[in-house]
Amino acid sequence: MRRARIENELVSKGHVACPGCGAALAMRYALNVLGPKTIIVLPACCWSVITNRHPECCLEVPVFHTAFETAACVASGVRAALEVKGDNDTNVLAWAGDGGTFDIGLQALSGAAERNDDIIYVCYDNEAYMNTGVQRSSATPWGAWTTTTPATHFKGQEKKNIMEIMAAHRIPYAATASISMPEDLMTKVERARVARGTRFLHIFCPCPTGWRSSPDLTIELARAAVESRAFPLYEIFDGAKRRLSLDPAPPAPVADYIRPQGRFRHLDSAQIEAIQNRVDEEWLRLTKLIENNPA
Amino acid sequence: MKEVMMGDVAAARGVKLARVEVIAAYPITPQTIIVEELSEICGRGELKARFIKVESEHSALACCMGASMAGARTFTASASQGLLLMHEMLHWSAGARTPIVMANVNRAIAPPWNLWSDQTDSLSQRDTSWIQLYCENNQEVIDTVIQAYRIAESVYLPVMVALDAFILSHTSEIVDVPEQADVDRYLPPFKAALALDTNDPRAFGSISGPMEYQKLKMARHEDMMRAVEVARRADDEFGEIFGRKYGIAERYRCEDADLILLTSGALGGTAKIAVDALRESGAAVGALRVRLFRPFPADDIADAIGGAPKVAVIDRNLSVGAGGIFAQELKAALYDRERRPAVYGFTGGYGGGDFTPEVVEGIARRALEMGKPDSPVIWEAIP
Repeated sequence: MRRARIENELVSKGHVACPGCGAALAMRYALNVLGPKTIIVLPACCWSVITNRHPECCLEVPVFHTAFETAACVASGVRAALEVKGDNDTNVLAWAGDGGTFDIGLQALSGAAERNDDIIYVCYDNEAYMNTGVQRSSATPWGAWTTTTPATHFKGQEKKNIMEIMAAHRIPYAATASISMPEDLMTKVERARVARGTRFLHIFCPCPTGWRSSPDLTIELARAAVESRAFPLYEIFDGAKRRLSLDPAPPAPVADYIRPQGRFRHLDSAQIEAIQNRVDEEWLRLTKLIENNPA
Repeated sequence: MKEVMMGDVAAARGVKLARVEVIAAYPITPQTIIVEELSEICGRGELKARFIKVESEHSALACCMGASMAGARTFTASASQGLLLMHEMLHWSAGARTPIVMANVNRAIAPPWNLWSDQTDSLSQRDTSWIQLYCENNQEVIDTVIQAYRIAESVYLPVMVALDAFILSHTSEIVDVPEQADVDRYLPPFKAALALDTNDPRAFGSISGPMEYQKLKMARHEDMMRAVEVARRADDEFGEIFGRKYGIAERYRCEDADLILLTSGALGGTAKIAVDALRESGAAVGALRVRLFRPFPADDIADAIGGAPKVAVIDRNLSVGAGGIFAQELKAALYDRERRPAVYGFTGGYGGGDFTPEVVEGIARRALEMGKPDSPVIWEAIP
């Protein structure tokens, strides 16, 4: 197995992420592949704080902080300006959380994807509005506690399937990735880098603060999500052809992933069984899709 | 060369002459002709711009902001609901100091649906740090779009060029189209002082404490105030090259006036006709058209009013609970001055009511006869 090496260390010391932040790792891995010729558009999200307060900034590439719902369209504007100036090789990276992607930024993202604007859009998904103190988003999974879905009324809806929404736009490249699999993650960032048009990466990033999990379990939890098939790793090319990146067979029980997290503590074994059944169904649906249209 | 064109077309032609590099816009009546015309112009290759047909006005302005941050000259256009949807990005783009130019076709705000002229859309954006210029006719629209880039790129604040729905946007007039070579002389290419540049990586808009935040806001205010002189100079220099200029507050027969009619937009032209008729009949009435609304050119306006004892403001807009917005601004500007005329706040014509010369004359005669103003609002409901 190829070892993940950080050659472009573009996240410097002095970031202010919480201990065990998965999103901090995601940025480090992504920039390692994209390199210094990258412009980042950063809407409201954890990362708009993680960069640190003015005049510090832990990112050694240009960063533009923008409004919550505008990551994709601001990135489109940056790309357009670079194009008219004849610069076609700088990466324009929109870097947004799940709230800024699944919820408030979905319209602008859909607009950019429909136009196939030449940007890389990364959603680092920690499954709630973590920066504002753990409120539910449409990326929050069924059964989870958040401050707006208290344990007595935990989230009763499934997580939105953002990948299929992106696939419906027939963009050239979309992939899921996990910070627990850095080689796979960086391979996908590289595929996104060399493709043209709207490229979408959905990176699974545990959040100890919001998941009520131990900071030293971040990578293990991310791995457990993949190995239990709760977060499958796959790619979609041109919105049609799909490829599984990893087939965890036999899968680990979903309970291994759920139990260490405080946000699921209120669930009884029947409810965890219900999650297991949904994960199994979803895996079946996904693998059928892949079988029918393999990359 | 002289051509007959609608106000919307004049705006688009101004964009072409300004050699805009990135356009992002979303259609809304009565602005649509601007985006259609620009699509044609870009499609024919007459303007080498990237035109991004975004999915909303909010994204349109955000997109322009991104492009401007990366160093491109940018343009968008909107009206009414579209401008309101942009509100968050109006603040953001001004705070980011992006010299975007936008044409806003002044249209009434719903409900009920109404497509016609009303300035409440743009005037209710007065606290967003956008410079605002109001046009009287289509010639002024094309000229002001070009001037707007000079102003915006001098002070790093965005500029809104306002034109009345249908009265200008869809009405054909003769327009003397500036020569490209002259415009190039007047408006050099945009070179951003600071931009998103991988050779000079910077972070823009990082979280800041109160001291930095206040400093930035105060600097924005100082630059906005500086825009009075910048706009005046931009207009003067435009006059030197093109042989016509407008001033930032245009006076018409204001000498020894007993009453000044203060207007903006297309109504300014009607007021001149009314003043001619009033002067003919022996009434000493002048007209003052406010072209630059933000920053409010208080000194110019006070100077134009001079010793006139009365000013009748005609506002085609309303801040509900306060009155006409130009009237409020005028009163605030005059409060600390020695010469404080009586200000009559006529307001009406919202949603396209037709201020004919006769209506304006009637307003002047009423104001001449009135004693001290006893209400901040004098209704002038017209069909």
